[in-house]
Amino acid sequence: MALSLREYRARIKSTESMKKITRAMELIAASRIIKAQQRAQAAAPYARELTRAVSAVATFSNVDHPLTTEPEDPKRVAVLIVTSDRGLAGAYSSSVLKEAERLSSKLREEGKEVELYVSGRKGEGYLRFRNRPVVKTWTGHSDQPSYEVAREIGEALIGAFLHDPENPEESKALEGSEGVDEVHVVYTRFRSMLVQEPTAVRLLPLEVVEGEEKPAEADLLPLYEFEPSPAEVLDGLLPRYVQSRIFFALLQAAASELAARQKAMKSATDNADELIKKYTRIANQARQAGITQEISEIVGGVNALADANAGSE
Amino acid sequence: MTDDAIRVELVAADRLVWSGDATRVIARTTEGDVGILPHHAPLLSLMVDGVVDIQTTDGETWVAAVDAGFLSVAHNRVSILSERAEMSHEIDLEQARNDLERAKQSGENEDDAQAEVRRLEARIRAVEQAS
Repeated sequence: MALSLREYRARIKSTESMKKITRAMELIAASRIIKAQQRAQAAAPYARELTRAVSAVATFSNVDHPLTTEPEDPKRVAVLIVTSDRGLAGAYSSSVLKEAERLSSKLREEGKEVELYVSGRKGEGYLRFRNRPVVKTWTGHSDQPSYEVAREIGEALIGAFLHDPENPEESKALEGSEGVDEVHVVYTRFRSMLVQEPTAVRLLPLEVVEGEEKPAEADLLPLYEFEPSPAEVLDGLLPRYVQSRIFFALLQAAASELAARQKAMKSATDNADELIKKYTRIANQARQAGITQEISEIVGGVNALADANAGSE
Repeated sequence: MTDDAIRVELVAADRLVWSGDATRVIARTTEGDVGILPHHAPLLSLMVDGVVDIQTTDGETWVAAVDAGFLSVAHNRVSILSERAEMSHEIDLEQARNDLERAKQSGENEDDAQAEVRRLEARIRAVEQAS
């Protein structure tokens, strides 16, 4: 036995208090997931109506909008990485970052330059440690994203996308950005409580898929009147559509983060349980060994005394 | 839903604010106020910051303050979409007035500040119209 009984007892105690913390975090994450899912559901009507309206405009007008136009030779690409603010969520952030790395190296192989935008402190820390330039980071909202943040991110990305190199004065791109021809988003999709997968999607230029397919007979799109004009309606709709897509990604990421945290904390609690069991057994052994030793010392002492007494008589 | 009613959905970016049947909806678009009655022709229009007035089939009047957004009418259904929308009874008038004062003082020249002032004025208008 390498350590004394007292030291084992101290270890059991500290493991127990760690277990209390991980258990509390597990429960908090579990209750927040429900809230996060409700938020995602509450945001669904807006996204649905917006998609419907955008496809209606796209179907009935042949307006070309800069946000939907494919650049002929894309050179620069923006990648938005959605990570968490805090750790202790298992492989959540690292798998998003891995997916982002994969996407960036693929884009670089295609000869495109990558500009990075990050949401969440973990991603910020990862990239700063590697001395990689980041155009802008947004932090402090990863488990409960608000629409304001989505709008800010959307404005920054649209600004970079619409940046005109020949006319830099009117550009709304952020400092440090030289304008991009494509925008990608890497986030974690919430499939279920057990499965969350990192996903990369291209956000800009927009593809409005619904408008190109023939709609089913039942929800045939009506002939809309547009006020003031189709072009202006589209102009108002598309940025909102982009922001709503970003908001969707943030909400999915938040739910995934909480699910990953709950899973990680559950296994941490289970591990703590096991450790406590193991240490208790070793501590009991140490206690037994101590008692045995004491008994044999006493018996030895008594025997020695008896021998000495017998010798003197 | 009866024949002389139109289904209304007032949707903010993060929640469904109000839905129900109405006999009349008034909203402010970039072209001016529009009134929408049941069986209105399909319409897609941009809205500015303002007040939406809904007269329900029960004879009640609901007023909401909305940010710029858009309005779509189709299949006897109105959807009003705005990033932020609040029903008049959810707005704290006292607080709204204070916010407005502060917004007015904090630089009237900037576009952002002016947009904020317009938005806050719309909120106060919504409460006043409802009462």
